[in-house]
Amino acid sequence: MKKKRVVITGLGVVTPLGVGINETFDALVEKKCGIRRIQAFDPSRFASQIGGEVTDCNVKNCVPKGYRKATKVMARDIELAVIAAYHAVKDAGLKTKCLVDRGEVDGGLDVDSTRFGANIGAGLICADLTELAGALATAAEKPDTPENRGFSLNKWGREGMENLTPLWLLKFLPNMLACHVTIVHDCQAPSNTITCGEASSHLAIGEALRTIERGAADICICGGAESKMNPMGLMRQALLDRLATDYNDKPAEACRPFDSKRTGMVIGEGGGLIILEELERAKARGAKIYGEIVGFGASVNSSHWMKPQSNGRGLTLAMNKALDDAGVSASEIGLVSASGVGTKVHDASEAAAIKQVLGDRTVTVPVMATKGSLGNNGAGSGAIDIAALTMAMHRGVIPPSLNTEMVDPDCGIHVVTGDPIDSRADVAISVASALSGGQTAALVIRRYQA
Amino acid sequence: MSRRVVVTGMGWITPLGRDIETTWGRILAGESGVAKTTIFDAGTFPTQFSAEVKDFALKDFLNPPEYDVHKTVSRQAGFALAAAKLAWTDSNLEGAADLDKTRVGVYLGGGEGPMDFDNFTAAAVEGWNYEDNDLDATRWADVASTQLQMTTEAEQDPNMAAGHIAQLFGVEGPNFNTLTACAASTQAIGEATNMIRRGDADAMISGGCHSMIHPFGVTGFNRLTALSTRNDTCLTASRPFDRTRDGFVLGEGAGMLILEELEHARARGAKILAEIVGYGSTADAFRITDIHEDGRGGIAAMRMAIEDAGLSPQDIHYISAHGTGTQENDKIETLAIRGVFGENAKNVPVSSVKSMMGHLIAAAGACELITCILAIRDNQLPPTMNYEHPDPVCDLDYVPNERRETNVQTCLSNSFGFGGQNDTLVVTAFSS
Repeated sequence: MKKKRVVITGLGVVTPLGVGINETFDALVEKKCGIRRIQAFDPSRFASQIGGEVTDCNVKNCVPKGYRKATKVMARDIELAVIAAYHAVKDAGLKTKCLVDRGEVDGGLDVDSTRFGANIGAGLICADLTELAGALATAAEKPDTPENRGFSLNKWGREGMENLTPLWLLKFLPNMLACHVTIVHDCQAPSNTITCGEASSHLAIGEALRTIERGAADICICGGAESKMNPMGLMRQALLDRLATDYNDKPAEACRPFDSKRTGMVIGEGGGLIILEELERAKARGAKIYGEIVGFGASVNSSHWMKPQSNGRGLTLAMNKALDDAGVSASEIGLVSASGVGTKVHDASEAAAIKQVLGDRTVTVPVMATKGSLGNNGAGSGAIDIAALTMAMHRGVIPPSLNTEMVDPDCGIHVVTGDPIDSRADVAISVASALSGGQTAALVIRRYQA
Repeated sequence: MSRRVVVTGMGWITPLGRDIETTWGRILAGESGVAKTTIFDAGTFPTQFSAEVKDFALKDFLNPPEYDVHKTVSRQAGFALAAAKLAWTDSNLEGAADLDKTRVGVYLGGGEGPMDFDNFTAAAVEGWNYEDNDLDATRWADVASTQLQMTTEAEQDPNMAAGHIAQLFGVEGPNFNTLTACAASTQAIGEATNMIRRGDADAMISGGCHSMIHPFGVTGFNRLTALSTRNDTCLTASRPFDRTRDGFVLGEGAGMLILEELEHARARGAKILAEIVGYGSTADAFRITDIHEDGRGGIAAMRMAIEDAGLSPQDIHYISAHGTGTQENDKIETLAIRGVFGENAKNVPVSSVKSMMGHLIAAAGACELITCILAIRDNQLPPTMNYEHPDPVCDLDYVPNERRETNVQTCLSNSFGFGGQNDTLVVTAFSS
């Protein structure tokens, strides 16, 4: 049986640079930065006080009227996924239940719900700290002694927990990103939630690719979303000692992928969902085809679950598997999308893998990275990178990596710096690695040819 | 000819035992793993009992150097490592000549680790401004940064167990974690099976691990009123399909399987325990709080799995139900089984081992698939315990209260998650 071909027909992102793929991509090309001092909470006691925050978006505008009430039980991560999903299906020109219910499209549904799947990457969703702390505070032993209030588990069990909304748990289950998206757009085919840190989006898109290839769905909405923009999210990264802390007064310069002066990552929030569609279906409806996903590979850093491998072995394996799967040789790669979170060790490990795969061509193959503008949101980062890569191929222009002034000799890859460059790459590869856990993944995208 | 996927190893850490045979023996004897909660003081909680894994120590499963490397794991990842070690040893995959570990992957349905409750709550109450009735983020940060520990926080990520397992065995194949609530490990095994079928790997360590027996876990489920509150009769509180069922009982643990491509297993002379032949996965796309009232998603998942196996409903000898013991689940699952099996539904035995080991959430599906494989091995069906009061809306053969000896060749295992995630596996006796 001939393998089904799978193409990208829709891109939806919500990032610190804007809502919708065109807005974000234009801003990347214009070298804008979405990293600022954190507004969501008072960050003054943290060593790193900056982040890529999404402003000016409202999930209520992305769901049918009758579903607005349900937005009350959406953690920020879920909101970002629902917003990205709305923009993805709109960009794809699909008439899903959401768009029909909202009266935005003429005629009825044009999607068979039982053939419409969802694969969405998610992080460990942080509880809304203000909500939870407010409830916990009612179970303090001595609320009036500020230095040693104490928490009473017995008081919590007896009365304190009543202060949490009955649906509290459902706000934070990682699969709720996919659940809300599948309800809003009526996707009844296989639905999966991948929780593998920064590799989540790539793995989810890889799974969606396989789901369509094996015939279990014709269309999948896939990618990921996460917000680290809350006190607990920032605290966890601070404890892990991964953050850039010397740039609080110049946030736009803080995240420096592969740069010799990079000092760490910057937290972010965002979501990216893309529409994958079986080629014949896409052609039949006259869809705009951005590109074709031709290969997927996954592996892991098996030497330690918390420390990157200096030789990038796990990522090299994923890249080679993806190239094999695509039937493409490394010499055909014309563009690489890297994760480039901006820490010394992770960027060096990623660059080592890219060098290993590109060999002699390392000096000429352009590498793009977006974190200098967006920060690292975790599970959604990969899909935003893939959407940006797809746009770069589609428009023939590669946005520069913000703040990469001098590529670190330890990295030694050809990161696009300074100004955008024109490019007509026919084959590109996008990579991602989980900073904690060690999962690695790569996807190969080819310019669509009939 | 498509690649076939067989099971060549299994490991089980459950409230009923820390190995396969102990747990299985106790299931067949109808024993309960439920008791008063000891992991934390639940004395004032609406639900004060659970099915805990007793006397678990990771160092009993790993050799000293291994233990030294992995001792920082959270509770559920410890279960995962122990169960994976048992399965790996059972399969003897390590002994295979020329084993290519870049083609051995991991696909788990692993839960998140428990939060650092004492330190988290201490920071929360210290950081609360009672006058403004708002969080003082600066005060909170000052306290939290001194109380919370880097390792404890890092190990909470749901993909950590999969990372630890890769390191423990040095396996470099595809490495995934899915967290689709109560359906997670069934989904993991289904997707891992497809990876082997397609050729993305030759063997996968697959299963699930979870523990939500912690204050926030019980709080969350109590607020949803999903848990049984029979504090006075907790031993028999988990009563799937019984008319007086009042919610599920939280369990914890891990179930791991070694899935292997048939020819790969044959070439090394592996012991073959069963064959995974079908997988179905659907979304209800209905409501986050309720299952679709017609069982639409469950029906579609079961049909998809049976069709994937190239079988028809009359080929199924036993159904391992999701059977949580909530009013809604058991009613709609019964309806869904009727939807798939029609008039014959009454002739297909259905049981829920959650009546004995509780609901292991993300780990439930993998643990229940193992019961199916053992049912096939021993031609014994596990009972649904605590079944006393027939419910008119649950009118199938639930193998009530006593195990049953019968010919079992092919089983179907259901897992349905919060938010409408439905996953079904079909497993059969291996025959060349």
